Amino acid sequence: MLTVENLHVYYGAIHAIQGISFSVRQGEIVTLIGANGAGKSTILKTISGLLQPREGKILLEGEEISTLAPHQIVARGISQVPEGRRVFPELSVLENLELGAYQRKGKEHLKELEWVFELFPRLEERKNQPAGTLSGGEQQMLAIGRGLMAKPRLLLLDEPSMGLAPLLVKEIFAIIQEINAAGTTILLVEQNAHMALSIAQTGYVLETGEIVLSGSAAELVRNEEVRKAYLGL
Amino acid sequence: METQTTTGLEKAKAVEKWRTHLFPAGLAILILLNILIFMEHLGFSIVSRYYKGILILAFINIILAVSLNLINGITGLFSIGHAGFMAVGAYVSALLSLNMGRWEFVSPQVQAVIQFPLVLLAGGLAAALAGLVIGIPTLRLRGDYLAIATLGFGEIIRVVALNLNITRGARGIASIPNYTSLWWAQLFAVVTVVIIWNIVHSNHGRAMVAIREDEIAAEAMGINTTYYKVLSFTIGAFFAGVAGGLLAHHLTFISPKAFDVLKSIEILLMVVLGGLGSITGSVIAAIVLTALPEVLRFLQAYRMVIYAGTLVVLMIFRPQGLFGRAEVDLTVFKSFFRSRTGEEVTSRPEKRGGNGGSA
Repeated sequence: MLTVENLHVYYGAIHAIQGISFSVRQGEIVTLIGANGAGKSTILKTISGLLQPREGKILLEGEEISTLAPHQIVARGISQVPEGRRVFPELSVLENLELGAYQRKGKEHLKELEWVFELFPRLEERKNQPAGTLSGGEQQMLAIGRGLMAKPRLLLLDEPSMGLAPLLVKEIFAIIQEINAAGTTILLVEQNAHMALSIAQTGYVLETGEIVLSGSAAELVRNEEVRKAYLGL
Repeated sequence: METQTTTGLEKAKAVEKWRTHLFPAGLAILILLNILIFMEHLGFSIVSRYYKGILILAFINIILAVSLNLINGITGLFSIGHAGFMAVGAYVSALLSLNMGRWEFVSPQVQAVIQFPLVLLAGGLAAALAGLVIGIPTLRLRGDYLAIATLGFGEIIRVVALNLNITRGARGIASIPNYTSLWWAQLFAVVTVVIIWNIVHSNHGRAMVAIREDEIAAEAMGINTTYYKVLSFTIGAFFAGVAGGLLAHHLTFISPKAFDVLKSIEILLMVVLGGLGSITGSVIAAIVLTALPEVLRFLQAYRMVIYAGTLVVLMIFRPQGLFGRAEVDLTVFKSFFRSRTGEEVTSRPEKRGGNGGSA
């Protein structure tokens, strides 16, 4: 579905992503794991068009999308749940969700809205509350729900576990699996390698802008280096 | 509101639509009525000149404040070059009026009625074009940087007007026909408020508010942020141009000095005082800040001290402005009447300006 080939991204003179290639198959959960500063978020931002690569290709079902603007990429079915949630703090929960469906016409999005409220009943309870007054966990739920409102084929999740209590992380990851089971392909970026590998089918390990290991999630969990470096075992 | 999600949403949407369209209409009628009665009662000829002049200025200031609020308050772009757009509109419309010549086939009065809105529109369009030209390169900048760029733009316009032959430099343009009557000023003010109110409460306005709230998230939602920033900037500039035209045809004389940084700051002051993001606030603040120096006239030399002091005190006690982001619309009146009839009033969270959605 999504193929990234030899991607190079720079922040000014800093060579953040140094020739990365990977692919995401339809229906999968694929995870990129790695430490702080490995370039995980940079890859997601490049896929969603917020950053432009200097070299390399990003193909969505064969179509080159790396030169497109973010709004054109959203229109092609890729939606991003940004790092740190980035909900619109002064808008209500409902307005946040409606903005997620910004590009959709008329009342098409009402079905997704119902689904999002099913996945996250707490959002429905608080639909008229300003998003800035939600707890961290609820804001993460809102950010995911907002991403789903565009009815994406591919959902990019950037660190959904950040700053959340372990119990809440479990809850969110169960819902990510549920979203995947409903037919949305997911590319998940995580520092919490343990949780990420427990729900993903395929994983890539990133270190300072390069992929150092890849394989099925089950293989990676058994890998000695991964166990030492990322799982703390 | 407590019904099923889908139907509840639709109902809320319908209510919202009514409310958002009714408010400007209501405001327009209110203003028209009040002024009609006011003028009739006091005898047209007595009130005229002085009060009429202040009212015209108040209406012009409403246009300026509301249009700047679209840029600064709704879209969150910190622009302080509004006087520049005003100058473009003022010069273009004034020069057009002076060079239009006399149309032989209609009486002078009829010519004025036809010609005036046309030259104002031309002034507005010229200002919008200036907004587009300045907006495309500078709107990549954020916060303070954008503020400085727009400040620079305002100064450029002023200096250009000071040095061009056609604008007659520092001597300015005199004997512009005095077309701006109270009626015209009021009409344009009401039209401006209605248009901007409806933009803010449309899908476009929602995109602009999203940009203000979090530009990167807005981009990730698929909002074309550059487009909406330029759009907001251009629409704001258009109305500033119209206001400039009205001012030129009210004062009958314009010179570059009238459009300096201080003028931009004065408009910004109205927006901040009324509340960034609140159209109601901008309207009220424009009226208050136009009237205040006049009301304080009896203080003579201390007038501007008290004026400035009032602003300082207001900003200390109400930094978010008089209205914050709240709007006064029909729901406020509804809850007022409900409380009068002793019905239980459900407490309503403060309405935030420009949120467009169902509250």
